[in-house]
Amino acid sequence: MDRSNPVTKILRGLALLAIGLFFLFPLFWVALMSFQTNEQILRIPPSIVFEPTLSNYWALISGRLVSTAGVLEIKFMGNLWNSVFLSTTSVALALILGVPAAYAFARFRFRLSEDIAFTLLSFRFAPPLLVLLPLSLYFQDIGLTDTYVGLIWVYQLIALPLILWIVRGYFEDISPDIEHAYRIDGHSWWKTFTKIALPLARPGIAAAALLSFIFCWNNFIFALILASAGKQPVTVGALAFVTASGIQYGQIAAAVILSILPTLLLALYAQRYLVEGLSLGAVKG
Amino acid sequence: MAFLDLDRLSLAFKKEQVLKEASLQVERGETVVVFGPSGGGKTVLLRLVSGVMQPDSGDVRLNGRSILDQGPEERGVGMAFQNFALYPHMPAFENIASPLRARRLADSEIERRVHETARLLKIDHVLKHFPKELSNGQKQRTALGRALIAGPEVLLLDDPLRNVDAKLRYEMRIELPRLLKSFGGSVLYVTQDYKEAMALGDRVAVLLDGRFLQIDRPAEIYKNPADVRIARLFGDPTINLYPVQPRPAGNGIEIELFGSKVTLPGSHGHLQGRECLMGLRPEHIHVHTEPVEGGLPMELDAVTPLNVRTVLFLRTQDNRELLATCSEHEQGNFGRGHRAVHARIDFERALFFEPASGTRLPAAA
Repeated sequence: MDRSNPVTKILRGLALLAIGLFFLFPLFWVALMSFQTNEQILRIPPSIVFEPTLSNYWALISGRLVSTAGVLEIKFMGNLWNSVFLSTTSVALALILGVPAAYAFARFRFRLSEDIAFTLLSFRFAPPLLVLLPLSLYFQDIGLTDTYVGLIWVYQLIALPLILWIVRGYFEDISPDIEHAYRIDGHSWWKTFTKIALPLARPGIAAAALLSFIFCWNNFIFALILASAGKQPVTVGALAFVTASGIQYGQIAAAVILSILPTLLLALYAQRYLVEGLSLGAVKG
Repeated sequence: MAFLDLDRLSLAFKKEQVLKEASLQVERGETVVVFGPSGGGKTVLLRLVSGVMQPDSGDVRLNGRSILDQGPEERGVGMAFQNFALYPHMPAFENIASPLRARRLADSEIERRVHETARLLKIDHVLKHFPKELSNGQKQRTALGRALIAGPEVLLLDDPLRNVDAKLRYEMRIELPRLLKSFGGSVLYVTQDYKEAMALGDRVAVLLDGRFLQIDRPAEIYKNPADVRIARLFGDPTINLYPVQPRPAGNGIEIELFGSKVTLPGSHGHLQGRECLMGLRPEHIHVHTEPVEGGLPMELDAVTPLNVRTVLFLRTQDNRELLATCSEHEQGNFGRGHRAVHARIDFERALFFEPASGTRLPAAA
C-alpha cells in the first residue's frame, strides 16, 4: 500500500469514485426526487435544478395524500412502525434461539448435528412462493393469519439460518482452550458462555444480526400474503402509492428515503462491533 | 496413598487409543514431569485431570477421593496451556485475577494478590496490557500467574515453554523449579524436551503409546532406560545403537563390531548367544588421536561444538556412523576432523535391548 506512487494513487481514487457514483447515483437521484413534485419529476429533460418541497414527506407523515383525483388516506407511518417492530422482534427472537444453537453446533458433536444444521440452512433454498400457499392455508386454520406472531414466526425462516451459520463459524474460531481455562479458573459453564464465548463472538453476532435485520426489513412476499394492511411493513405499504390516478413518484421516493434510514442507522451503529473483532485479534492467532 | 492418583486411565478418540490404562501417582508437593513425543497423550492426560475431558475408563483420585464426577470449576486445579489460552478481551490483570474472581474475593484482596504474583513473575509493569500487546514470554508468565494465583493443590503445566524463544526457555528452565518449590503444591508438568524433564522433575514419567513405560528419577532414567525408545529420547546427541550377537570366546564373550572382534567385560556374560541391540552413549566413547589399548581405528568426519560438549562424528571401518562427545578443551586435539582416530569404548556402561520389543535386557545379577 505504502509503496504505491502518486499515479496509482490517483487512478485508485478515480476508480473508487467511479464505483461510488455507479452505486450511489440511483440513491442520490431518489433523494432528489423526494423533494420534488410529480410534475417536476416527470418533466423532460430531467433537471437537478428545482425548487425543493417537503410536501411528499408531509403527506407521508400526516397520512393524507392529496392528488388530482382527491384525498387518499395512506398508512405509511403505520407501515414503517410495523417494519421496525417486525424486524426488531424477529431478529431478537432469532438471536435468542440462534446464538445458543450456534454454540451447541460449534462445540458439541452430537448425533445428526450436521444434518440438523444443514436442514436449517436448507430453509433458505426453497423459494418463498413455494411454501406460501400451504403456509397461508395452515395459518388460516390455526388463526395466525394477519398477526404479528405469525409474521415473526415466518421471519425466523429468514433470520434463524443466517444467524446460526454465521455465528457458528465465529464460535468455532475461538480456541476451546480459552473456555477450558476459564472453567478451570472456577467459573461455571454459563458464566464461561456469557463472559468468554459471547464477547469473543460479538463481531460475528453483530454481523449476523445486521444482515438478518436487513433481510427481514426487505422482505416483501411473506407480509404481502400473510398480513393485511394494518400489519404490513413498508415494503408492502409502498404499493399504496400506485394509485388509480397514477404513480406518486415523489411520495415513493420520500418513502424509500424514510425506510432506508433505520437500517442505515443500525449499520452505522453496528459497524464498531464489526471492526472490533478485527482489532481484538481474538479469533485465531 | 498417593496425593494425586491416576488409576488405569484409558481414552480413545474415534478408533485411536490415546491412553491405555496409564497409571501415575504424585505425592504432595512433588513435581512429576510427563515426558514423551508429541501425540503421545500427554496433553490428554492433563485434560483428564483438569476435568475438561472424561476418560473411557479408569479413575482420578485426589486425596483418596475420586474427582471424576466434578466439573473443571469444582476441582480446584490450576492449569497453564501450551498456547497460553489467555482471554483476549481482558487485560493481563483480569487474566491473572480470573481464578480469584471466581472465588468471589474482595476487590482489594484481588488487587493485592495479583500485584504480588505479577511481581514474582516480573510482569507487574504490563498488567494493563491486553494479551495481543504482550510478548510471548510475558504471555507465558501471565498464563503461569493465572494458574498459580489461587494456590491450587494441583498445578498442571502443559508444555509451558514450548512457544517461547530458546533464550527465555533456558532462563525459565532454571527459574521454574524454584518457583514451583515456593508454590508448594503438586505439579504435573508436560514436556517433550528431555532436558526440561531432567531439570524440572523430582520424577519423570515417560509416556509412550498411551502407557507409562518408566517412572523414575531423571538421572536414573538416563542411566537405566527401560526401553530403547526411552534411551533414544533421553540424550543429546542420541545414543548409538548397533545390533550385536555376543559369542563365547576364551573365558569371556566377544562381539563383532565395526569390522573388529571386541571382547566384552564379564558383566555382560549372560547375554551370550542372544541377539541384542547395543546402545553406546556418546560420552562413553573416548576418542584419541594416537593408538590406545583397546582402541578401535576409525575416521573422524566432523567436529561440531554443542553447548559445553563437542560432538564428534565418527565413521567406523565397516562404514557406519558413530557419535561421540568430548569436552571443550579436548576439542582442540581434533582440529576440524577428516583424520584417523582411535576410539576406546567403555563397554562396561553399554546398554543392551531386545531387538524386537525394544525392552531393556537386564544387567547381570
